[in-house]
Order: sequence, then C-alpha cells, then structure tokens
Amino acid sequence: MGGVQKKKFERGCATNYITRNKARKKLQLSLADFRRLCILKGIYPHEPKNKKKVNKGSTAPRTFYLLKDIRFLLHEPIVGNFRAYKIFVRKLRKAYGKSEWTRVERLRDNKPAYKLDHVIKERYPTFTDALRDVDDAVSMCFLFSTFARTGKCHVQSIQLCRRLTVEWMNFVIMSRALRKVFLSIKGIYYQAEVLGQPITWLVPYQFAHDHPTDVDYRVMSTFTEFYTTLLGFINFRLYQTINLVYPPKLDSKELKTEDEEDYAMDSETALEKLSALSSSLARVVSTVEEEEAELDHFPAEEEDMEKMQEREKEQKEQEAQKKLFDGLKVFLNREVPRESLAFILRCFGAEVSWDKSVCIGATFDVTDETITHQIVDRPDMDKQYMNRYYIQPQWVYDCVNAKVVLPVADYFLGVTLPPHLSPFVVEKEGDYVPPEKLKIMALQRGEKPVQEEEEEEEEEDDEDEDEEDDEEDDEEEADEMNLKEMEQQRSQGKSLPVKVTPGKVKLENRARLEQEEKAEEKRLAIMMMKKREKHLYDKIMFGKKRTIREANKLAVKRKAHDDASKADKKKKGKKQ
Amino acid sequence: MISTVRKRSVDEEEEEEQLVPFDQNVSADGQEEDADGDLTDSEESIFSGLEDSGSDSDDEEEDDDKDAGQKITAKVKKIRRKKIPSEEDILKEKASPEEKPGQSKETEPQAPTVDEYEHDTSDEEDIRNTVGNIPMEWYKDYPHVGYDLDGKKIYKPIRNKDELDEFLNKMDNPEYWRTVHDKQTQSDIILTDEQVELVKRLQRGQFGDVNFNEYEPSVDFFTGEVMIHPVTNRPEDKRSFIPSLIEKEKVSKMVHAIKMGWIKPRKPRQSHIGQYYDIWATEDTTSILGRHKMHVPAPKMALPGHAESYNPPPEYLMTEEERLAWEQQDPEDRKLPFLPRKFPNLRSVPAFSRFIHERFERCLDLYLCPRQRKMRVNVNPEDLIPSLPKPRDLQPFPTTQALVYKGHTSLIRSISVSPTGQWLASGSDDSTVRLWEVCSARCLKTIPVGGAVKSVAWNPNPSVCLLAVALNSTVLLINPGVGDKLVSTTTDQLIQSYEAPDEELAKQPVTWSVTEGEELSLGLRLKIEHPKAVRQVTWHGKGDYLASVMPDPSSNQQVLIHQVSKRRSQNPFRKSKGAVQCVSFHPVRPYFFVATQRSVRIYNLIKQELSKKLMSNSKWISSMAIHPAGDNLICGSYDCKLGWFDLDLSTKPYKVLRHHKKAVRGVAYHKHHPLFASASDDGSVIVCHGMVYNDLLQNPLIVPVKVLKGHVITSDLGVLDVTFHPTQPWLFSSGADATIRLFT
Repeated sequence: MGGVQKKKFERGCATNYITRNKARKKLQLSLADFRRLCILKGIYPHEPKNKKKVNKGSTAPRTFYLLKDIRFLLHEPIVGNFRAYKIFVRKLRKAYGKSEWTRVERLRDNKPAYKLDHVIKERYPTFTDALRDVDDAVSMCFLFSTFARTGKCHVQSIQLCRRLTVEWMNFVIMSRALRKVFLSIKGIYYQAEVLGQPITWLVPYQFAHDHPTDVDYRVMSTFTEFYTTLLGFINFRLYQTINLVYPPKLDSKELKTEDEEDYAMDSETALEKLSALSSSLARVVSTVEEEEAELDHFPAEEEDMEKMQEREKEQKEQEAQKKLFDGLKVFLNREVPRESLAFILRCFGAEVSWDKSVCIGATFDVTDETITHQIVDRPDMDKQYMNRYYIQPQWVYDCVNAKVVLPVADYFLGVTLPPHLSPFVVEKEGDYVPPEKLKIMALQRGEKPVQEEEEEEEEEDDEDEDEEDDEEDDEEEADEMNLKEMEQQRSQGKSLPVKVTPGKVKLENRARLEQEEKAEEKRLAIMMMKKREKHLYDKIMFGKKRTIREANKLAVKRKAHDDASKADKKKKGKKQ
Repeated sequence: MISTVRKRSVDEEEEEEQLVPFDQNVSADGQEEDADGDLTDSEESIFSGLEDSGSDSDDEEEDDDKDAGQKITAKVKKIRRKKIPSEEDILKEKASPEEKPGQSKETEPQAPTVDEYEHDTSDEEDIRNTVGNIPMEWYKDYPHVGYDLDGKKIYKPIRNKDELDEFLNKMDNPEYWRTVHDKQTQSDIILTDEQVELVKRLQRGQFGDVNFNEYEPSVDFFTGEVMIHPVTNRPEDKRSFIPSLIEKEKVSKMVHAIKMGWIKPRKPRQSHIGQYYDIWATEDTTSILGRHKMHVPAPKMALPGHAESYNPPPEYLMTEEERLAWEQQDPEDRKLPFLPRKFPNLRSVPAFSRFIHERFERCLDLYLCPRQRKMRVNVNPEDLIPSLPKPRDLQPFPTTQALVYKGHTSLIRSISVSPTGQWLASGSDDSTVRLWEVCSARCLKTIPVGGAVKSVAWNPNPSVCLLAVALNSTVLLINPGVGDKLVSTTTDQLIQSYEAPDEELAKQPVTWSVTEGEELSLGLRLKIEHPKAVRQVTWHGKGDYLASVMPDPSSNQQVLIHQVSKRRSQNPFRKSKGAVQCVSFHPVRPYFFVATQRSVRIYNLIKQELSKKLMSNSKWISSMAIHPAGDNLICGSYDCKLGWFDLDLSTKPYKVLRHHKKAVRGVAYHKHHPLFASASDDGSVIVCHGMVYNDLLQNPLIVPVKVLKGHVITSDLGVLDVTFHPTQPWLFSSGADATIRLFT
C-alpha cells in the first residue's frame, strides 16, 4: 500500500490527444492562422476511440488533434512566417497612419512570403503519394481557373491555376491517359490514369459563377495555394517522365506565326495557344515516338498465367482505346464546349479544329473536304456537306466510355439522344443495370446492334417488337425471380408460384421439399445465433434487402416508362 | 451633432440678421461690426464656397459695407435652402430687389440723416413691413398684415379679390402676366421689362447679368513658353554649393539602418519559370516517417452514378411524389444531394448552382472532419450462422400435426397424459375435464366440475388411476375409470381404505372431504378445500404426494403439500418469498422447486433448507420443467425467453433462448428422448433437441429442431400448455382456440 494516488486522465489515451483550442494556444496562433497551418500541413482532427476518456470524462463535443501532430507543427518554419506577416501588417498600418509613403513602399517590397516546397516534400515523400492526392488539387485548380478576375481571390492565383490546368490537360493529351468522361449536371467529370493511379476531376460548365455568400473564400484560397504548388511540381515531374519540355512549349514544327499579332503580349499568346490544345508539345529528345512497351513473357504457373493473360488483354484493350479516334478529323461548331471536346478528341488521337473566330489555334477550316465528323449542338444546319457526319457532342463522350466508336445514327442532328450513362458505376451481381448499358456491353462484345430504326420503318412489326419485349421481359423476370429467390431463402418461401405439370409433380416436390427443409434448417440455425451476431446478420440482410428493393423499384419504373412510351408510339402510329 | 450645432448657429445668425435693421436704426456702426465679427467666421466655415461667389459680386458694388455683404450671402443661402422654389417664388424673390430702390427712395425723406439703405441691395428685410420672414398665413384672420417702420399697422386692401375678380383681371389687364402679388405687403407689383428678361434668363439657367461672359479665355498662371530670362534674377544661394548637413544626416541614418540590418535590400522578384523543379528527384525511403504510416488518407470524392447524368435513363428521374418528399427532407437526410434532371441536349444544361458550395464543403471535410480508421466488417452473412447438427440427424422428434382433439368450448388451460400414455386429460375454462383416448382422439368422458379448470395432473404412479384437478379454491382427485378396470378398482379401494388416525392432528390448513352421490358417480373421489384459489397442482414422482399452489405474495401459505394416503396437508414454508408461479418435485431426489416471479428456489425436503437459488434473468417466470435426470431445468417466462439452467454449473442460465415472439406459456421435457418444447402466445410450439451428457464436462447440446404451428391465436392467446407423450416422441399442445393437437 501507499504511494502516490494515481490521478485520472494523466496517462493513456487522454494524453495522446489535444483539443483544438489548446493546440492553438500551444502554437500561439490565432484561429485563422491555425486553420491555414492545418490546411497547408495537412493536419486533421482525429476521432479518438474512447471519446469520453480523452475528453476527461466530459461528453461535450470537441475536436481532437493528435498531440504528436501539434508537436510536429511547433517546428514548422511557416509558423515563424505567419508571425512575421502579422508584424508586417502592423508596420504597414502604422506607416499608412503616418502617411510615410516611402516606408509603405519599402515594407511592401519586403512583404514576407513563404514557400511550400518543403511541405510538399514532407507530406508526399514519394511521387506516387502525391499522385494519389492530386484529385482534389486538379478539381480545385479547374474551379479557380474559371473564376472571374474580380477580387474573390488574387488574380495571380487565378492565372496560375489556369496555367497549371492547361499544362495538366496538355500532359493528359500527350500521354493519352484519359480513360473516362462523364457529362453530369454538375459539370464534366474526367478520369485519367496516370502512372497507374486513377485520377478523377470535375470541371464546371463554362458559365459565370454567382458567388455564394456563405462560403469562406479564405479557406478555399489557402487550399488553392497549396494545391497550385503541388500541381506545379507534379506537372514538372510528369512532363519529365514523358520527355516533354517544362514549361511546355509548342512543337516548333507545327508552330505558325500567322495570328500572333492578334494578341498583345507574347506570354499571353503562348498560354492561349497552349490552352487551345490543338497542337502537340515540344519534346526534350525530339526524335522517336515512344515505343509501345510490350509485356515480356515470363514462364509462369497456371494461376499466374491466367492473371497474365488477363493483364495482357487489359493492356490490349487500353491500347485500342488510346487509338479510338485515330484518323478522325473533327470540326467543332461554335456552340459546343470547345475546350472539353478538343481535349477529349485529342486524347484519343483525332484531329480537331474550330472556327478561327472562336479561338486561336484552329488548324483547318469548315470547308475542308477531309473532315469526317462535325460536332453540332443545334436543331438544324443550313449548309451541310455530304461527306461528313453531323453529330451531337454526346457521341464523343459515349464513345470514350464504351471504348468503341459507336454508331452515329443515334446522335444525328435534332435526334432525341439516348441516355448518357455514368462510366463510374460498376454493377455487382444483383444490382440494377439499365438496358442501355446492356446494349453497350453487347456492342463491346462485338455483337451486331439490332437495327431498330429499320424495324420502325418497316411498317409496324408488332410481333417483332413483342418478341423483343418478351426477351426483355424475360430478362427482367429472370432478374426478379432471382431476387425473389434470394428473398425467399431468407423468409422461407411461402409457396413458390411455380407451374406444376402433372408429370413432374414428384420431382418438383422433392426439390421443393429439399429446399424447404434447407430453409427451415437455416431458420432454426439463425434462431440459435448469438445476440451480437444476430444483430450483425440482421443488419447485413437489411442492407441486402434494401439494395434488392431499390433495384426492383428502378426496374419497375423503367418498365412503366417503356410501356407508356410504347403506348404513345402506337397511338401516334394509328393517327398517322 | 456637428450639423445640428451648425444649424443652430445659422438660425442664430438669421435672428441676428432680422434684428439688424432695428440695431442699425438704433445703434452705431462700430458696435454692429463687433457683433457680426464672429458671425462671419462661422459663416465662412459653413458656406465658404457660396460666400466666394456672393462676395465677388458684392465687392464691386460696396467695398466697405461688410454687413451688407453678409446679408446677401445669407440671402443666397436661403434660396438654396428652399429645395425647389416654385416659379412664383422665384418671381417674388427677383421682384423684391427691384423694390429696393423705390423703397429706399421712400425712406430717404423719412430718415435723411442716415442713409443706410442707399446701396442696400439686400431684399431680405422688406422694410415696408416689419414682421420679418414669417408665414403670412398667420395674419389671415387679422385686418392688417404687419407693421410699417413707424409701428403702424399695414391694413389689407378692403376688398379681397375673389376668383371672379382674378379672372376679370386676367382677361382685362394686359399687364396681368407680369403682375406678381406680394404677400407681405398685399400689393401687386408689375414687373418691368428688364425684370422679366432677368427672370427668363434665370429660368433658362443663364447668368443674371447679360454682359457676363461665361467663356472668357483662360489665362495660364504659368506660361508654357520658355522664357529667355529667368523669373528672378537672384544669385544662387551659398547653401546650394555646400553639401547639405541634413541630407548627410539622413543618408547616414539610412546607412546605419542598412548596416544594422533594419533596412533590407529589396528582394529580387521571383519569376515563375524556376518556381518548379523535380522535388522528388531523390526519393529516399528514410523520408517516409512514422507519421506517414499513421496517416489516414481522406477518402476520395464519391464518383457520380447514373442519376447525376445530364441525360439519365428515365428510371433515375424522380416522380412527382419522390420530388416532393425529397424537397421536404432535411438536406442531411437526403439520399441524393441533388435533383436528377434530364436535358434534351448539351446546350441546354445550365450551370450547377451549388458547385462552389460542394467544393467548399469538400475543403471543410478535408481539414475539419475528424478521421478514424474503421475496420469495415466484410463478413459473409452465411458464415455468421452457427453450424449445428442437422435436425434430420437428431430424430426422432415431432414434425407433423397428426390429430386434433375437438370438444372443448373454451380455452384449455392444462393437459396431462396418463403414465401409460393411453389417455389424455384436459381441463378447460368451460368448467369441464375431458378424457381423451390418445390414438383415436375420441373423447371418452366429460366430467363437469363446476368451475374453470386451472390445472390437471395425472398421478405418475402407473398402478394408480388418479387425476388431480385444480379449480377455484379446490383440488379434486378424480378416478376417471378409464383403462384397466383393475387399476381403477384398486385406486378406489386405496382411497376407501383410509382410516382416520387416532390421535387428533394439529389443525390442517385445508379440509379433506370424500365425495358422495352424483359426484361420486362422475368419478370424483376426494375434495381438498383450500383457503384461496389454486393455480396449479403437481404430483410427486411416487404418486403419493401432491403439491398445490395458491399464488399470493402477501401470505405465507402459498404452497401446500398433501399426502393422499394419509389425507394430510402441510405448509412447508413459514415465510413468503414473493408470489409463487409454479412448483415442481425433483423426479428422483427429495428436492422441491419453487418458481417465484424472477427466481427459482430449490429446497431440500429432508434437511428442510434452501439448497439453491437460480436467477432467471427474466422479468416474470411463467412455467418450469425439470429434466428427467434432475440436473437440468428449463424456465419459460412472459418476456419471450426460455432459460436452460444446468444445476451443476451455475445459478445463472446456461443458455437463454429467445425463439418466441411472444410470451412463453408452457415448457415440457420428454421423459426418455432428449427433447424439450416450449409453447408460446405466438401460436407456435418450438421443439428443441436438448441432449444432456453423462460426462459432466460436456455441456448440454441444445438445437432447435422444429417449429410446430397449428393453433389459432384467439384473443391474443396462443398455445397455453404443452406436454410430451411419456414413451413416444409425440407432443400434445392445448390452445386458446379450444383444441388439443397432437404432433408426431
């Protein structure tokens, strides 16, 4: 006995965490500075496992940081810089107050600034780490580059964002890394695969933003500050990996100096030309096109062989996708989103041009006879050339996602477009798959698409249609059956609606009996589950049931819609 | 404040100004100047701009008279103060200065000595009427309009002009258009041509003075031409040849500051060309700190689904009701943070209004959201299901409903099978006891007993044919007279052979009586009258002792043990330990089980002491059954639980089974087979395999093998009692639907 009495909360997890206010006091920073520091250094609060213990017995909602993180911040040179900036502001104010303009000028010249290079290196010790986190950076830069230069943030940062995004897009084009695109109601999603890392970013549509009042732009610009630094370094490195010159220069062979006098400044022209995305970039070693790295064959065992084959197949597919639009010559009408389309088309090897008045860098004219496709987003065109397709922009996006050049018939001028599906959805078993996706999958497998239009033109092939419907229905029914079965296994089937033919009675019965027996066994076993496991099991089953229910709901909705539209069609046909 | 103060000073001024005429009349000039001295100052401070313009014109006319100048400025001020002077006002204002000369002529003869107003262009004080600048409406009700300089009243014209006069005047008088009515003097003034011209000019926005040239050529202050001669011919100062000390001081200060590092040289402007370099050129693994291993990377933004498309498949669009529901939900609860919409083509897609919001929220998540590593359980639900021996391997057990015993008209509370397994007795709320043949479901006998039967129990001794029935506050011993005649007669003989003991017994808690007459012919043999209502009767294994339960927590006479052969009863407990639910004898050893509301007590009958108390962990025990080997016990409770107690193991239940959805009403063990069953209000009977091993180290194996359904739930009651056949793996259950069912 004896000894000093142990005090509570002086050891264990309580000492590993620190509240935000305490951290702030420890660092002697204002809240705003602390926030900036956390953003730049990537420090985030942690949720302790036992919150009550960490919170010293209180249950008040608090955010906790790891004490180690905060200690780590203590030695950050940026903190010193924050303090210097505070002093700078104070001096500046004083100088203004005294109207000492020379002093003001001098102070402004010596405004303390900091670099984030070391932070980048510290947060991302390897390049792959950095690539993994670049999603948000690219999205943010794209957003900022669309801001008007009106004082929501510094003009320099907007310009820098624009520059970096243009560099990024050029890199993606040159490395042909784009994989998926998606036109959503929010903006355009792109997914590229850079060094094996999928990178997704979202670009808003080209409209002026109405800036919301409940958004703290200081936070956003702090993030942007960090992200621009990160993206700059990543761009540099990426350009290096594919032997491009950084900062990017246009390939001198293709460089034309015709319309240079349209722009006032050389630097401006350069960026504009880069952002036109129409010509390739200069390489460090300007000779050889990179050779396709072929997979070496290693003697492998059977399991590995399968994997190898799979990998090879994937590789081939990718190669094919990279050359998706090779040989196409596409002209963009002025009403389509030029940058997005030029970017995508160039990524997959097409030649792109547009009207000269739309943007710098047009390479050929509308009148060019070799144009294969013209992308148009208006109900009708006055002057149409015979030897080219006039298609709506969605075709490009759908082709990229389907990895095949889709038939253009569905995308002609003024035609009701087929639904645009998200390429990011990976359907698992039991999930709802929209019929359009099934069609595309069939196309990918190389099956011939059913010529629906011809059918429509050929009178009213009710039978055909019905057959088709039946097929679809069958599929749906099969799906539903599956779902039902799944449900049944759980809730022990109450008399399956099975057709019973006299001859097969026994067989059916036996199977059914067996099934029932199994189901009952399972039910009885479930009864014997422990409470905890039962809870978990119920939860899982609830989730499964919910997904099934949702899938069913979608299927039902679709069917109703299809029926309605078919009825409409028939009515119209009769009227005609 | 300042403005109000200023206003006040202005007001004062005006007062002063209005007073001025009187002063001027009375006092000397010098005084007046003094008085106005400070006024000037204040005025300058307020209307400096106006004053300039005003005084300019005045200066020419009168250089000396400052006061007059003051007054004019005040006048200008007044005009300014009237926001939009109407035409008439302007006319009047302009008219009044014209009045002045004439007026001064009038006054001249009156005051020849002091000719103050000779050059007075001020129109402020119309000295013909001394009321000052007041609204003339105040004189509306008086015959006069004010006072002249001598203090005499100025009378209004006798006849006021009315509308008609006005009209006639307008028609007749060619001068009408240039006539202005002066309210202060109530006189009409006819404007001269010059005055009219002036008014017109002012209306046009021109200068009043015709001769004023607005566009005079500007004269530069300094000429732009280079002059050949210097402006001054002054020789250069000496100091311009001597190094300046002050400058030297300044320079030395700066030099000092530079030396001390106070002034830093301007930093070279960083160009963005060299801003970026290959920061990962040397990727050393040492730079990967422990921090990075501890790092919890933020999850990436969720990828968009089909619903987010600008042209989604029709099934992803919301119907009207869904949309309404979506709108009414809280933004946090919504499954989709946006409304799916369909656009016919790309050009009609508008900007997403919450784009910046969403990006901002992502930023907030990145730096504000607490992160925690959570292991997501990726369990196959099939793995969670325990692997039990298959029911098929645990046969025999009752699987199907074989017979239904119909006959009772009300719910059957209790059933009991004869030890031979040939007969079944049932007691119902319709005040009858029925005897059935098990195999044929035939009702052999119906014995009306005159009260709802709470409990029936066959004597377990096969050589005796006796049935104990509990109803109201009596326990009846009935010889049903079914089966072997010999047994039946021996039973009767046994009962009749009783001889009252010689010595008088201590007072018994109950009264035993022998039945006679009709009751005897029905089979009733003995009647045991209890002081209170009896809930349950149960036999000892040998068949001589009988225990009855009268649940009442307040009395100590809840359980009575009767000895049939001696017709004796005794109360084993001195004290009440709560309401007794049911009791039971140990099948082989002298133990007695008493189940109260929450616990089961086990008494040693020989030692007469409490040997064990089992905690049931349930709210309210309903029934209890003891394993034929005597080491295990099951306990059903109204909170849907069934507890299995291993008496050797613990006083807590070895296993609690929550199979039923509603209250468990009855439980039973099979005598030979390792089976037990529980009956519940949810209308089902669950049969479980409950294997007890002789090896003490091995725990009993409990496997549910069958859920038997058949009883109809009536008035929220399902199956009320359950019992097994003594030899076969058959199960009887009685329900609230007035049927007994046999499951084989």
